[in-house]
Amino acid sequence: MIAVEELSLAIHTTPILRGVGFDIGPGEIFGLVGESGSGKSLTALTLMGLAPRGTRVTGTARLDGTDLLGLSEAQMCRLRGNEIGMIFQEPMTALNPLQTIGAQVAETLTIHGKATRAEALTIARDRLDRVGLSHLPLDRYPHELSGGQRQRVCIAAAIALNPRLLIADEPTTALDVTTQAQILALLRSLVRDDGLALLLITHDLAVVAGMADRIAVMQAGKIVETGPTAQVLARQSHPYTRALFAASAHVPARSPLHVPEPLLEVERVHRHYPGPRQGLRRGPQIEAVRGVSFTLHRGESLGLVGESGCGKSTLTRAILGLDPVQSGDIRIFGRSIVPHMPAGLRAGIQVVFQDPYGSFDPRWRVDRIISEPFHLLSDPPRGENRRARVADALTAVHLSPDDMDKYPHEFSGGQRQRIAIARALITRPKIIVLDEAVSALDVSVRARILDLLAELQAELGLSYLFISHDLTVVRAITDRVLVMQAGQIVEEGPTATVFDAPEHPYTRQLLAAAPRLPMVSEAIT
Amino acid sequence: MARYLLTRALSLGLSLIVASVVIFALIEVIPGDPASYMMGLNATEENLAALRTELGLTGSAVERYLGWIGGMLTGDFGTSYTYRVPVADLVVDRIGVSLPLAIYALTLSTLIAFPIGIIAASRRGTWADHGIMGATQLGIAIPNFWFAMLLVLLFAVTLRWFSAGGFPGWSDPLAALKALTLPAVALALPQASILARVMRSALIDTLEQDYIRTARAKGLSRGQAIRRHALRNALIPVLTIIGLQFSFLIAGAIIIENVFFLPGLGRLIFQGITQRDLIVVESVTMLLVFAVILVTFLVDLAYALVDPRLRRG
Repeated sequence: MIAVEELSLAIHTTPILRGVGFDIGPGEIFGLVGESGSGKSLTALTLMGLAPRGTRVTGTARLDGTDLLGLSEAQMCRLRGNEIGMIFQEPMTALNPLQTIGAQVAETLTIHGKATRAEALTIARDRLDRVGLSHLPLDRYPHELSGGQRQRVCIAAAIALNPRLLIADEPTTALDVTTQAQILALLRSLVRDDGLALLLITHDLAVVAGMADRIAVMQAGKIVETGPTAQVLARQSHPYTRALFAASAHVPARSPLHVPEPLLEVERVHRHYPGPRQGLRRGPQIEAVRGVSFTLHRGESLGLVGESGCGKSTLTRAILGLDPVQSGDIRIFGRSIVPHMPAGLRAGIQVVFQDPYGSFDPRWRVDRIISEPFHLLSDPPRGENRRARVADALTAVHLSPDDMDKYPHEFSGGQRQRIAIARALITRPKIIVLDEAVSALDVSVRARILDLLAELQAELGLSYLFISHDLTVVRAITDRVLVMQAGQIVEEGPTATVFDAPEHPYTRQLLAAAPRLPMVSEAIT
Repeated sequence: MARYLLTRALSLGLSLIVASVVIFALIEVIPGDPASYMMGLNATEENLAALRTELGLTGSAVERYLGWIGGMLTGDFGTSYTYRVPVADLVVDRIGVSLPLAIYALTLSTLIAFPIGIIAASRRGTWADHGIMGATQLGIAIPNFWFAMLLVLLFAVTLRWFSAGGFPGWSDPLAALKALTLPAVALALPQASILARVMRSALIDTLEQDYIRTARAKGLSRGQAIRRHALRNALIPVLTIIGLQFSFLIAGAIIIENVFFLPGLGRLIFQGITQRDLIVVESVTMLLVFAVILVTFLVDLAYALVDPRLRRG
């Protein structure tokens, strides 16, 4: 159906894609796997004729004989949405906030002149039913829908004209595991029932392992290995495939210290928000955290898992003393931080956030970024002493002390996350809260950061509160785990026990939904 | 939607009450006796007493405030001390110039700004974009009274297409519009320059949004994606600026009104201040505040029409 050969692309003079080739047949799911910057998204955009300006493309991409790369922009416009549909990663922003979902699905039909507006709306209704949104009227606006529902609307718009090829670029990366499982199941059924070809682009090996018939592993603009999924995953003949596989399932070597000395105690904490404004009044209040209790001991790594909206971020903010709690108590090192965190305690608990791009001021040098928490100390080190402390922190996270005079943009995502960890270490805290700290990183970078975290924990005797939606990572790095649902802890126990023998139905549902890599012996080496 | 309207209307009413209290208090705290301030040193005691009654300066502050508000609500704005005619009449005459002038200028400015802002944004980085950005920079930098004088020199003195100033009244609407054309152009130039820049940057932001990519993936051409998806989203910040500009134009045309000898509100308040006519100043200020708040309210309504997310709030 679609045959791509020798596809190369250069932006100005920098080559980005080098001789990419693959083909996908009707009713087939083809997985394109790679880390960020490997060129997988650009491959898809090139097929759509939507590559950014200033790119030079060579090679061929034949859709049933027609070379897409030779078509004019007007011809491509007729093809997009009609023969090839595409969905993207961020469902929250992928829909026009000012138009109803019905109008946005119907637009695919009307723009191609395939239906009148009234007919298009009827078909839109049918397509929305098809993607499992039969309970939603056409006149809903995107902001009234959840992320998963919005992604379904995007799919409905993409399949409105029954295209032959559907390109899905990280379609579930921004979604929770249970929603991810539903969206993947929907995509699978579309392929099986309608016989369309699916190009599934993802960084997540586990997702393609469970979905694709064939996969291609992409590295630095090249396909390094391709073949039937089971075969590629089993043989892993290319070193990069092996490295990717090992990194995905990476478990850092840890030797848990078990010192039963509570450092952080959370006791029946409730956190409410005022409800949204409804005219002059406020709606019913939102109970984000409902009676949560747990204890974090010295040297322990405690995981907190749950889907978005379960209250884990709210709980984190309360623990960091950023938000007040309505009832209950939080004690750090035996001292209560309710209602206000005593000044001396802040230095003892530090945090690393998810986004290594957004959490630094781009105009600050690394030196200033890392030493910022010093203002928490009553007697902060100054002058040479201060620079020595920053240099130590940089060395601890395996960066060079010379890096302290650089700016954040000079570092990669993984290096920035190391800087964030160095910043958290600078006040020599006992507790570090890791709020989705590795979620935005590529698997190979993630593996190295997890190693670093394990190493720092062993060296410095740190306690981690590890908050994540990613069950694989939580399993790899924590001793004990808390499962949170709708503001409550529904299950708690040693990580291995909870993962191997979950008791609460919600935990079971989460684990079942999480895509898993088939365990292959080579993966361990 | 009804709830949104209600909250906006309530906030409109509250703003008006607060503004009237502030204006009233400002006039109250002017040191000394407003009447003797207005009449000068040689005024007789009887004249002062008469003026005080006329100004409504007798009675307690609350009584005077309520009297002033009550008067305005029934169309009685008091009598101008210098012109010796009811302020209401003066204001009505002047609004007949200022409001059409503001609408005229704003229409011109929007008609210029929208197309060039859209062209600049959709051809970002090309010579067209650079040219437009340079021209708007110039448009903002040129003082509008100087530009007005250039217009007069060219179109009134040299070409004799328009008269250099004055206003013939609305008995001949065409002549009236003609008299307002040069002032409107002079007012519109800097406004259009600002608006075009806002339009450009709002549209550039919108064009980088994910939903534009989605629209393109559905088969919309670049132009269709701009028309059907980007423009309405970009309109939200643009509306804010239009609202601010309209408020400014109603009262802010003092200089241009002076250049063209137009009997507008700006000149009225200017004369009121120089001639110490506090009755005129107080009432016209309140009227202008009312106009600004009303425009803000209308902009809020326009937001709700554009953005469904506000309709539920």
